[in-house]
Amino acid sequence: MRAGISLGALLAVALLLAAVGASFAFLDMPLGALFTGSAANEAADFVKRFFPPDTSVDFLAKVAWAALETLAISLLSTLLAVLLAAGLALPAAGRQGWLAGQVARFSLNLLRSVPELVWATLMVLAAGLGPFAGTLALALHTTGVLGRLFAEALENTPAAPAEALVSSGAPALATFLYGTLPLVAPQWLAYALYRWEMNIRMAAILGFVGAGGLGAQLYYSLSLFHEAEASTVILAMLMMAVVVDGVSAWLRRASA
Amino acid sequence: MSTPVRDPAALPRLGWTLLALVLLWPLLRLTDFRPAALFEAGNLQAMGHFLGGFLPPETAPEFLAMLARATVETLAMATAGIALSMLLAVPLGLLMTRSLSISRLGPGRGGWVGQILRGLARGVLAVLRGVPELVWALLFVRVFGLGAAAGVLALGITYGGMLGKVYGEILESTDARPARILLEAGSGRLAALCYGLLPNAAQELVSYTVYRWECAVRASVVMGFVGAGGLGQLMDQSMKMLNGGEAASILATFLVLVLAADGLSGFLRRRLA
Amino acid sequence: MGFSLEGVRLTHANGFHALRGVDLHVAAGERVALIGASGAGKTTLLRVLAASLRPTGGRVRLLGGEPWVDSPRVLRRLRSRIGLVHQSPPIPPRQRVVTAVLAGRLGQWPLWKALASLVLPVDPEGAARELARLDMAERLYARCDRLSGGQLQRVALARVLYQQPELLLADEPVSAMDPALSELTVALLNEEAVRRGVTLVASLHAVDLALRHFPRVVGVKEGAIAFDLPAAEVTEALLRDLYAAEGALPLAGEMPGTPAPGLPPLRCA
Ligand SMILES: Nc1ncnc2c1ncn2[C@@H]1O[C@H](COP(=O)(O)OP(=O)(O)OP(=O)(O)O)[C@@H](O)[C@H]1O
Ligand SMILES: [Mg+2]
Repeated sequence: MRAGISLGALLAVALLLAAVGASFAFLDMPLGALFTGSAANEAADFVKRFFPPDTSVDFLAKVAWAALETLAISLLSTLLAVLLAAGLALPAAGRQGWLAGQVARFSLNLLRSVPELVWATLMVLAAGLGPFAGTLALALHTTGVLGRLFAEALENTPAAPAEALVSSGAPALATFLYGTLPLVAPQWLAYALYRWEMNIRMAAILGFVGAGGLGAQLYYSLSLFHEAEASTVILAMLMMAVVVDGVSAWLRRASA
Repeated sequence: MSTPVRDPAALPRLGWTLLALVLLWPLLRLTDFRPAALFEAGNLQAMGHFLGGFLPPETAPEFLAMLARATVETLAMATAGIALSMLLAVPLGLLMTRSLSISRLGPGRGGWVGQILRGLARGVLAVLRGVPELVWALLFVRVFGLGAAAGVLALGITYGGMLGKVYGEILESTDARPARILLEAGSGRLAALCYGLLPNAAQELVSYTVYRWECAVRASVVMGFVGAGGLGQLMDQSMKMLNGGEAASILATFLVLVLAADGLSGFLRRRLA
Repeated sequence: MGFSLEGVRLTHANGFHALRGVDLHVAAGERVALIGASGAGKTTLLRVLAASLRPTGGRVRLLGGEPWVDSPRVLRRLRSRIGLVHQSPPIPPRQRVVTAVLAGRLGQWPLWKALASLVLPVDPEGAARELARLDMAERLYARCDRLSGGQLQRVALARVLYQQPELLLADEPVSAMDPALSELTVALLNEEAVRRGVTLVASLHAVDLALRHFPRVVGVKEGAIAFDLPAAEVTEALLRDLYAAEGALPLAGEMPGTPAPGLPPLRCA
């Protein structure tokens, strides 16, 4: 036996394979049927119906508007999340005592653990159908994610500048803005941009549960078996994701 | 003494601030931003009724059995999805790894076949992960009908794209010299991979895969919302019937599941480190 | 007003006794130099005087108030009247010089002014005036991470000058400067203290600077006061005892004045 492969590792691999096998067995996946000739034909037919994408002016205008709405949802929700996350990260990093720290950390975990789409279904109830619900849902989940990252960044930041300001009598908010924020700002910005890239993708999907944006259009088109329209929407989603990635990368470089 | 020079940053700052304010307005309009909507009588009532139903959470035995089944189904979806994604990710990731290219050994810049293949692999991976898993799931539900199969395939495709890209990056960033020496000594690509690259990269590769599994657990919950089975589908049904008690039980299960996956993945990755 | 310490003791979190019963009384307008070997407790003592470290024992009176007895609000107001130049400048690297200097008055400004100044500096003239005294006026809008160590130290000094404290504390304010600039800067601190009639306490590694510029010199050794004398009465024997662990006397230039009879002239180490 080669050195470095221990009994434990072998056991782990065995367990892993067993888990994978059990998963497929439990799900009763028609994997065999997938690779039969008729299934392949069906799939090919299905794919064919997506081409060519619908490029009628009417529909393009509709998609453009929905794309704009999606962009707005992603931007505003990220912005809101940054503000909320900053507010929660300060206590979560242990700056307002132990109790506040625990409460903030618990809230962040809760916000983060509930996925965007679940938040969206809840927010559709709370705020009615439409982009506002989607904005709130994304903002809530993103607050949880960013809050934890922001708090980590705060914990790893040198305290000397803030302490110096405190010892010259500066109030808490001013101390944070002058002594801590300049230190963490680049990292916070990088995290926020990274989440924005994720949120543009999520915002495109929230429409599935009625929370506005491109997703709603995709859902309708597929429900009505207008596959050509659907492929236009999917292309629009891809394009937006690529553009946002580019803008975000540019902003990150410019701010560094 | 002379007055100090004007702040060179003043004008740009003013410009950016104005631009931000000007852009904020259409953002608020486009997203229909009305916090007041949260407090409208109808919405308050719907939400209040729903949240009121949260207590007590549903604990009827047959519902709990259903919940348990859905939970196991969600976990199985995530595991099967990751397993499936490896079928895509491993070959494509390896294809992208330049340190395993034999044609690059010799003089010159390497064969054009290799370069084209690598570019192709990169493009395929980008498309696979560019379309969100939920969209894939929605499409597959049309083909395979409601159920977990659509979710597993969607996960396999999107995560195949993500894992393939990251596998390639990890292998690229590990020390290429051992593999190069092996290739130059005439060994095959597979041997160069196993004895040259993997010893250094294995830990990072496994760690990232475990992390992705954790993400897949979340994702498989969400995919239920478009009919791909598991906890999400159950949640969707309860929400549509405004059954607060069931929704509360599902949410609680779901939180425990996510936190447990989080904890397990963190534990495994620490063990690996 | 000045300050007085009575039996001040300070034990760090790890159990290290950094101050072991310090008695020190300084009247308003006095100028005192702290000298002592590395690790003697100078920084700790200055931070107690800045009301930023709470002693574990003894009594502290600063500018007529008792920082650790009064309410947090009163403590904050007291702190805004004390300025400490830190040993290593505690300035965020990406901050601009003007903002770093103006931050000196955060304790006195209302919150709206602090917020407004982040967007557009509210008093660039004031900041430029203090920087000009340190020959740094042209770097007003530079970013702090583009400055040299000595320049950054001068920005930190300008911040405290801009604060206009009634108790001016400086912890090795010239450690990153060349001898000529050190001389000028220490002179400037003294001139500021005399002009505004405020109390000045500075710790210095260069003994000759301390003896040349300060009327009163306090030697710190192992967390206690070794001697507290007018500059003219500090003998070489005392100094050799103070720096026994370091072997040679730390000097920036020549020893000042006439050495006590019988002693060989000191040379730069
Ligand atoms: N936060 C701390 N925790 C534990 N010990 C500390 C802490 N800060 C300082 N000390 C110790 O207290 C002693 C006095 O430190 P202090 O910084 O006051 O010395 P100093 O006289 O200013 O030295 P230097 O001239 O090198 O700046 C040193 O032995 C130091 O190791
Ligand atoms: Mg010191």
